[in-house]
Amino acid sequence: MVQSSKAFVENAASALEDAGLQKALGRAKPQFAKKRQAAVDRLPEFETLRDEAKAIKDHAIAHLDFYLETYAAAVEASGGHVHWCATAEDARQAVLKICLAAGAKTVTKGKSMVTEEIELNPFLEAHGVTPVETDLGEYILQLRHEPPSHIIGPAFHLNREDWESTFRAAHTDLPAERVFSERRDILTEARGKLRETFLAADVGITGANFLIAETGSSVIVTNEGNGDLTQTLPRVHVVVTSIEKVVPTVEDALALLRVLARSATGQDMSVYTTFSTGPRRAEDPDGPSEYHVVLLDNGRSGMVGTEFQDMLRCIRCSACMNHCPVYGAVGGHAYGSTYPGPMGAVLTPMLVGMEEAGHLPNASTFCGKCESVCPVKIPLPNLMRHWREREFERHLTPAALRGGLGVWAFLARRPALYRATTRVAALGLSWLGRRRGRFGWLPFAGGWTRSRDFPAPEGDTFFAQYAARRKEQG
Amino acid sequence: MPKQAMLAAIRRGLKRGPLTADAQAMLLGHMAHHPRHTVPGRGQLHPAGRGALFAQMVEREFGTVARLPALADVPGAVAAYLRTQNQPPALVVSPHPALAGLDFSGLAARAGSAAAHDAAALTYAFAGIAETGTLMLPSGPQTPIVNNLLPDNAIVVVEAARIVASYEDAFDLLRQAGAMPRNVMLVTGPSRSADIEQTLELGAHGPRRLHILIINGAV
Repeated sequence: MVQSSKAFVENAASALEDAGLQKALGRAKPQFAKKRQAAVDRLPEFETLRDEAKAIKDHAIAHLDFYLETYAAAVEASGGHVHWCATAEDARQAVLKICLAAGAKTVTKGKSMVTEEIELNPFLEAHGVTPVETDLGEYILQLRHEPPSHIIGPAFHLNREDWESTFRAAHTDLPAERVFSERRDILTEARGKLRETFLAADVGITGANFLIAETGSSVIVTNEGNGDLTQTLPRVHVVVTSIEKVVPTVEDALALLRVLARSATGQDMSVYTTFSTGPRRAEDPDGPSEYHVVLLDNGRSGMVGTEFQDMLRCIRCSACMNHCPVYGAVGGHAYGSTYPGPMGAVLTPMLVGMEEAGHLPNASTFCGKCESVCPVKIPLPNLMRHWREREFERHLTPAALRGGLGVWAFLARRPALYRATTRVAALGLSWLGRRRGRFGWLPFAGGWTRSRDFPAPEGDTFFAQYAARRKEQG
Repeated sequence: MPKQAMLAAIRRGLKRGPLTADAQAMLLGHMAHHPRHTVPGRGQLHPAGRGALFAQMVEREFGTVARLPALADVPGAVAAYLRTQNQPPALVVSPHPALAGLDFSGLAARAGSAAAHDAAALTYAFAGIAETGTLMLPSGPQTPIVNNLLPDNAIVVVEAARIVASYEDAFDLLRQAGAMPRNVMLVTGPSRSADIEQTLELGAHGPRRLHILIINGAV
């Protein structure tokens, strides 16, 4: 997708004024947290499993070179092919080459964030291959030419009216006077439309939630069944995935699956969890005759050994964004990046550079909720803090902010002067605001007072009050 | 070689070269053992409890369950189910030996793989998993994958003796049975989507209904 992370502040402002978006956010946000909590409460071992999930991923990353080689060897042994791709461009070329070799005109796609990351769809279209998204949410976004706004509920920013109008505009072969009396009617129409495509497609592209070194399997998780149809019906199955998804054994994947769905949708288990290993066997009645894995790096190896290595544990459950007050206020599009929310704010600067996305780690109140719900315990607030430090070091923060921090630092290093200055300010503001108890406007604080009043200090500073109290107690 | 360049970049980050032969042997040994992590207590019940938990979890996930004394009762149960769902008395039956000897007279039954127009399919599960009411459906000559996906009504036979406690138990059975099949589907309830306004609707791309026949399932 086109990156507009630089414009986060402007994007966020317009998101706050978007009535449709605010309606969708208001509906969805409390649901996410409630469902996750209920699923966690049903499983007494959940906290133990979080620790184990973290340890599994830490171990896999610490031996990533070994497990990737072992995984690739197992894929080849089962008759599949692995395409190692250092960059997004390498991955796009690899997918195109497979499609052209298969003589593909239509390609069905299961939901895959990595294909969003490498902007695969426009690339395939430009080369005469038509990709069709089959996840219901991704399907409508493709019709609307919009990027996803959430990593597991891509179209959750849309309301029912949007679905109806988009389907009417796109499916012109159906009677114009048809009525969508229930949500089910929308679903049924999409199911009918996509059935034809599933049966006609030459190549099916899916992502992977996990790769298993022991067996050379890729694992996908869906609720709709679209991923399974995508990888079963066409002649060629392409898995587009990234290097940090590999785990050693089936048992490791099972432990991670126990925390994935619960953290994501609050289900105990997604409806379809499918392990795919190589192409169809000689005696199989169905399945693809070719199986390819496009294995993407795109900046991830550069995170190994840095303070951002923890981010490679991410299993893309979306719990962090589902519980984030900033995401909950502005939605996913404001981030202007493939991955929104706290995990996106940490990952995006690594993928597209700090100049483009250095702003995103500022989109946090540091409330810590994201870290507390992360199934693999990624210290997201800390990682955002690391990015802020880097942003400051590289002089990417605005001059006014740097100036203000400079003045504050000058005072903070001189305690007596600091106390005197703050005391004058507190007493002065207290006197100025003595009538209303608050300020509707203050110099240098326009960003605050434009949308709310600033309370006037009630008397002296903390230091002065503390000193006075100590004196009283003798 | 992009592969070597990617591996080298990872090793630079890890601040080491390729693993020594000893270290590799240790990790391979670990993989050969594939030890389990914590298995939730609710997945460690005695056999009768497992069947009950399995049925309860299936129903929680919007599937339905019938318990039958013997395999021979399957055709009657299928006919009754299709009738109550207002479905035509027709289905495609997976070419599994356990289903091959059944008498489907009165039903238009065809053995083989489902096509787009088939409204119902009967398949045979490799195992049931009690902890979440999950079916293990591996691909193979006797179990076409399309039968799990294309028809609106998925009817699945599972033997009570094959209802295990946990995912790990089911994969142990699968490992004993031989090499990893092309597909191993773990299916928990009928297909669904909540993409429209976060509201759950059943019957997205896969079956709208999932009906499970537990054989010898009397508790």
